[in-house]
Amino acid sequence: MSERKFRQVGTRPIRHDGLDKVTGRAQFGADYSLPGMLWGKVLRSPHAHARIRSIDVSKALALDGVHAVITGADFPAAAAGSEAGGEGGATDFHDLGANVMARGKALYHGHPVAAVAATSSRIAEEACKRIAVDWQVLPPVLSLDAALAKDAPILHDDMRTTGDEPLPKGPTNVASRREMGRGDLAAGFAAADVVIEREFRTPMVHQGYIEPHAVLARTGEDGRSVVFCCTQGPFMVRAYCAKVLGVGTDTIKVVPTEIGGGFGGKTTVYLEPLAILLSRKAGRPVKMVMTREEVFRATGPTSGTHVRVKMGAKRDGTLTAAEAVLVYEAGAFKGSPVNAGMMTVFAPYKLANVRIEGWDVVVNKPKVAAYRAPGAPMAALATETVMDELARALGMDPIDFRLVNAAHEGVQATYGPKYRAIGFVESLQAAKAHPHYRAPLGPNQGRGVAAGFWFNAGLSSSANVALNEDGSATVVTGCPDIGGSRASMALMAAEELGIPVEQVRPVVADTESIGYSDLTGGSRVTFATGMAVIEAARDVVNQLRARAAKTWDVELDAVAWQDGRAVATNGAEGKHEPLTLKQLAGRASATGGPITGRASLTARGAGPGFATHICDVEIDRETGAVKVLRYTAVQDAGRAVHPSYVEGQMQGGAVQGIGWALNEEYVFDAKGALENPGFLDYRIPVASDLPMIDTVIVEVPNPMHPYGVRGVGETPIVPPLAAVTNAVQRAAGVAVRELPISPPKLLALLDAAS
Amino acid sequence: MKLHVSTTVNGEPAEFLCSAEQSLLDVLREELHLTGTKEGCATGDCGACSVVLDGRLVCACLVLAPEAAGRTVETIEGVAKGAELHPLQQKFLEHAALQCGVCTPGFIVAAKALLERNPDPSEEEARYWLAGNLCRCTGYDKIIRAVLDTAAELRGVTR
Repeated sequence: MSERKFRQVGTRPIRHDGLDKVTGRAQFGADYSLPGMLWGKVLRSPHAHARIRSIDVSKALALDGVHAVITGADFPAAAAGSEAGGEGGATDFHDLGANVMARGKALYHGHPVAAVAATSSRIAEEACKRIAVDWQVLPPVLSLDAALAKDAPILHDDMRTTGDEPLPKGPTNVASRREMGRGDLAAGFAAADVVIEREFRTPMVHQGYIEPHAVLARTGEDGRSVVFCCTQGPFMVRAYCAKVLGVGTDTIKVVPTEIGGGFGGKTTVYLEPLAILLSRKAGRPVKMVMTREEVFRATGPTSGTHVRVKMGAKRDGTLTAAEAVLVYEAGAFKGSPVNAGMMTVFAPYKLANVRIEGWDVVVNKPKVAAYRAPGAPMAALATETVMDELARALGMDPIDFRLVNAAHEGVQATYGPKYRAIGFVESLQAAKAHPHYRAPLGPNQGRGVAAGFWFNAGLSSSANVALNEDGSATVVTGCPDIGGSRASMALMAAEELGIPVEQVRPVVADTESIGYSDLTGGSRVTFATGMAVIEAARDVVNQLRARAAKTWDVELDAVAWQDGRAVATNGAEGKHEPLTLKQLAGRASATGGPITGRASLTARGAGPGFATHICDVEIDRETGAVKVLRYTAVQDAGRAVHPSYVEGQMQGGAVQGIGWALNEEYVFDAKGALENPGFLDYRIPVASDLPMIDTVIVEVPNPMHPYGVRGVGETPIVPPLAAVTNAVQRAAGVAVRELPISPPKLLALLDAAS
Repeated sequence: MKLHVSTTVNGEPAEFLCSAEQSLLDVLREELHLTGTKEGCATGDCGACSVVLDGRLVCACLVLAPEAAGRTVETIEGVAKGAELHPLQQKFLEHAALQCGVCTPGFIVAAKALLERNPDPSEEEARYWLAGNLCRCTGYDKIIRAVLDTAAELRGVTR
């Protein structure tokens, strides 16, 4: 890649949507209303596993103010196991339909059974209480061990294990069992001087976005619906609702509101198809907002896991072999992120001999959804903790040990492809050079290091860039802005056009105002949607060159674009006064009409992200409490378009990982009811728990992006589980095998050790 | 039976009808259409609905709407004065102290209450004061920096 000098990319302008967000004007999901609007509420299963014999809604319908009631019977039947591609991706719409509204069987505590639309939320709640469900309660399956046990209750009678032999036969809770690997595992371990094998368990945890799911749907007499909702993907909502409701894509328009966090949790639908159906039945707009309890009980957390990792190394630190078995909870329907866990578990390292096995297992808990680098943090916990123990056994510095084995350009990743330019070695070197790494530690303090990898996604994006007559521009995309991406889109357009970023207005459009765009997720927006914006802006530039060529009566190739101006070139140098973008824009109607650039593309070559984190903790031997004293996150961003928001991703991801390591877990009672469905008992990190989170951005340009951008959002949640665990193990001298490292658990470990 | 409540919101007289068990948050959002105050939990755990009631920082979800009668309520909508942002709002923008932005109104209201009591908070004091406001995006780093920088600016100190 040529060394391009950037004028705007890499600066830190104030985000364009910031003013509305600091003044309270920005409208999030629950902030929309329409005249004549009804309120929708969901009746949810009080049982984790139960057959629905019958549902009687007559008493609910008889209540004054109730306008519509729906149950599973109001949805079209989908063919069992129907997989559909296209806009919905590889989603099983049969499962999706049965998750948004139970069909015949409730599979987790909180599973929707019916929904009501009424003139107030109180009446809707009261109506829900009057719906009579005849339940046949079944024994729940609440852990991986219980799901895999012989004679375990079966969630889905028709489930048969897919994947690689040997497979369980007959009805099962194992949705898939897969294997991958290469080389000679036995020979690899035989060549090792040290072999360490450990097992780890992590509980189900939630993304914990602050904004509960909310939707407002209006269906007209023509059957067409407008849906306002907080989602990571308006086109996803459109496709999923169309499939679940059996209607045409053109009948649903989705208007994405501002979104109050998602982290993967808003990459599917829950309330949206219900609100559409209720509004269709009632003939009125219907608004539905989840309570925090509903968010915890009945949206998609990420998998509880059981991971076993075995690794071998020679005295000089070279890894010789690695084996992993990953067993992930999918929740009530198949589809845990175990495949991503398999692909990421050893991805940072050069390994010739590898075997990886992954199990996707259903349990009577909410169906998992994506959560920031889905599947990777739990896998990395195992690998990076074993790596730390290997380093100690070999008497090596943990960063030096990783440097010996770190993947770099040309290395065949354990999951298949050959790496192009990546920044893992650079991130390790930057971590080692950081003053944090040399700072002295006091008593009861420990320092942990861990690395992390995430693929990053490309996928499809559309962008329009429209030039205004005064030389300003509007950039339209279809990807909701969760963390400052509007500012990045504007920066990239400004860079191409050569105008100040403040003169670019970035807009997130509804599904009828921009071409198809995959959702905001996979750390893909700045990379892929940014690529579409750059291409659309270049389309504008080419049109501007053509207008200048027309004005000067020269060939197109005699006009170059430099610093926001058309300049005569190719032998015509100096023959014409340069024309600024502003001059050309002002004369657009006279030279051929308005100027709009557009691009729709499927971005290839999302460069993988690598990070190295350093964590210092102090343990309290009296209480078992762990305090994070200092934390440094180092990550390769390829090219940081808006460095403040890159740092923000690194800090936010690190802190979510710290919460996962120390506090967060779903606690179920013996019947499968979630016991901590609120922020008081599901304790995400608060400001007083934390130090500043130091960041170092490494830039190893991604050769597949015009500016070198690679995704940054997900990688930072991969290392912290192990970074914290390694720090605690070194501070406490105990072996941690289970998250979260809560005070009672650490206290028990300390007591057992003394 | 609805209750008729007269109160003062952001310096202006306001009236609304509510039922006895309705929360102040509910009334601010649904009756007075002041949707800048957010609901994250409705149990007083997240601070997204932080408002100031007679000078005291509270979670609007834990205040019954009739309790606002004859008192003053300050919400995020009253923090900027006309076209002029409060220094906290400006510093949140400059420090990139928000990502999704849904917790931001609560943080600004809570931080303003802090600085009015303690113009020179230590980092630890700021962290403990804001411990009732949850942010899942930022890891709090840039929020704390924005608050401390605002405090310094308001004291006339250049940091």
